[in-house]
Amino acid sequence: MTSTLTPVRKRSALTKGQLPKYAPYVVLALALIAGAAILALIGFNAFGWGIVSAILFAAGLVGWSAAVEGSRKAKDKLATCLVVGSFLIALLPLISVIWTVLANGLPGIIAPGFLGSSMNGVTGVYDNKAVEEGAPVLGGIYHALLGTVQITILATIISVPVGLLTAIYLVEYGHDGRLARAITFFVDVMTGIPSIVAGLFAAAFFFAVVGPGTKTGAVAAVALSVLMIPVVVRSSEEMLKIVPNELREAAYALGVRKWRTILKVVIPTAISGIASGVTLAIARVIGETAPILVTAGFATSINGNVFGGWMASLPTFIYTQILNPTSPANPDPSSQRAWGAALVLIILVMLLNLGARLIARLFAPKTGR
Amino acid sequence: MSKRIDVKDLNVYYGNFLAVEDVSINIEAKSVTAFIGPSGCGKSTFLRTLNRMHEVLPGARVEGEVLLDGDNLYGPGVDPVTVRSQIGMVFQRPNPFPTMSIRDNVLAGVKLNNQKISKGEADALVERSLQGANLWNEVKDRLEKPGSGLSGGQQQRLCIARAIAVEPQVILMDEPCSALDPISTLAVEDLINELKDQYTVVIVTHNMQQAARVSDRTAFFNIAGTGKPGKLIEFADTTTIFNNPGQKATEDYVSGRFG
Repeated sequence: MTSTLTPVRKRSALTKGQLPKYAPYVVLALALIAGAAILALIGFNAFGWGIVSAILFAAGLVGWSAAVEGSRKAKDKLATCLVVGSFLIALLPLISVIWTVLANGLPGIIAPGFLGSSMNGVTGVYDNKAVEEGAPVLGGIYHALLGTVQITILATIISVPVGLLTAIYLVEYGHDGRLARAITFFVDVMTGIPSIVAGLFAAAFFFAVVGPGTKTGAVAAVALSVLMIPVVVRSSEEMLKIVPNELREAAYALGVRKWRTILKVVIPTAISGIASGVTLAIARVIGETAPILVTAGFATSINGNVFGGWMASLPTFIYTQILNPTSPANPDPSSQRAWGAALVLIILVMLLNLGARLIARLFAPKTGR
Repeated sequence: MSKRIDVKDLNVYYGNFLAVEDVSINIEAKSVTAFIGPSGCGKSTFLRTLNRMHEVLPGARVEGEVLLDGDNLYGPGVDPVTVRSQIGMVFQRPNPFPTMSIRDNVLAGVKLNNQKISKGEADALVERSLQGANLWNEVKDRLEKPGSGLSGGQQQRLCIARAIAVEPQVILMDEPCSALDPISTLAVEDLINELKDQYTVVIVTHNMQQAARVSDRTAFFNIAGTGKPGKLIEFADTTTIFNNPGQKATEDYVSGRFG
């Protein structure tokens, strides 16, 4: 008699040992406890606890995995630990900044009249009163916000045509020739110009052309556009480059001239990338402090004319409020206003980034049936 | 509405590299002419010289004459844009404009050149061109949808509709079916058969059966080896090329004994 017994197997021949699903959580709990214990010996602090626990967690999980699952899976777990760890380290400063600015800036931003009034007429007397008698903190950032918006818009108006046309030359007409390579080189150099140098350039240029001591929003806009143009050129160039050549050839084969092909086929195809590149370039320069300080000066009152008179902006407002408090005896109201302005600035940059994503989605070539 | 093309002693260069050597060929009006040959033998390069698309690439140039009904395309003062509006082209991979609707893709040749066209005329042109490309029935209810949402075969027929909307004299097709499935290929081949009633059609193909099916005359190009220029080996009626070729190389190629 032959038996047709199938051998009873505990495990598929295709798998090795596997860690249970709960393994990472167990290791994490143990690492946290052990980390706390070690830190208790040398004096506890939260940062050290995190670091020690992370190292213990990685070592424990990789060791356990090596023992049960073999070296390939252990290496995989090690790589995962490193990737996630790096991500957390990168995230740390961002969260810390947002937290600090939110915590310090919210009282400033909800103070009455903060967004709607300027610092005109707000003197140390009022700040002393606010601290000593509990009166509301007066003064606001309206003038600085207005200045930032004006300077940035003017800088964008200057930079976008120059940057976009440069990118078009590089991609469509340059053919990687000598001039194109020279432009690329100098654009790269411009990318690395320290912002204060851009500010000094604009200041010196206007001093020479218009007259000594010329400080207006327009000078600041020129300084910012020096910083913006290379960013716009670079991002637009990359976007124009990825427009498939087939589309250009399709247009040429229909008897369309080159400039019309660029205007009506190439740019519309790349517009979402170009627009988000421009928005990111704006976000990059909107927080510049040094070049504005040397070009637009500093004002406490509202200035609606970008071509005349000193002009405040959010970064310079923050700078002066911290460095030269309105009331030297009681700097707290000033620092409250500065943090509020910082929060507004971060919100502006965040909105611009969201705007860039929205623009990219709106303009993106449509697919679907 | 179709013109003949006569090529005399044409040499095609990329920089200093001679890509195609000494081609002379007469392409009849209202006929389908197929170019066959192994990869890299210069048939696509030669095709692109017929509407001056070759020179879009930096360093590319041409020596010799290409006569469109007697007018030299490469004569002094000839505007390549004028040439291309008379000699349309369909490419290997379907390339509808992704930012445009199906309707705007058909009208691209008109609209991109900023020609004024009334809505009625535009509608008629769209319908006529899409009918001509055998695509009207499939897309008439979604003309405002993006062209990139169509299937590959439909996209290629959209590109053909776009090419015939500018009413060219000649249509060049560079392996128009190589990215398509057999059903779509059949649709495009049927279309080519209808197009030759009105247009001069020149088609490059890797598929010898396709050349045998659609073309009236066939040109066989070959290359002596890598780095050597491509040459026109034989040009005759399609039946002759496939049944009774004059050259040994042609016979080897069409019978599959190549190499």
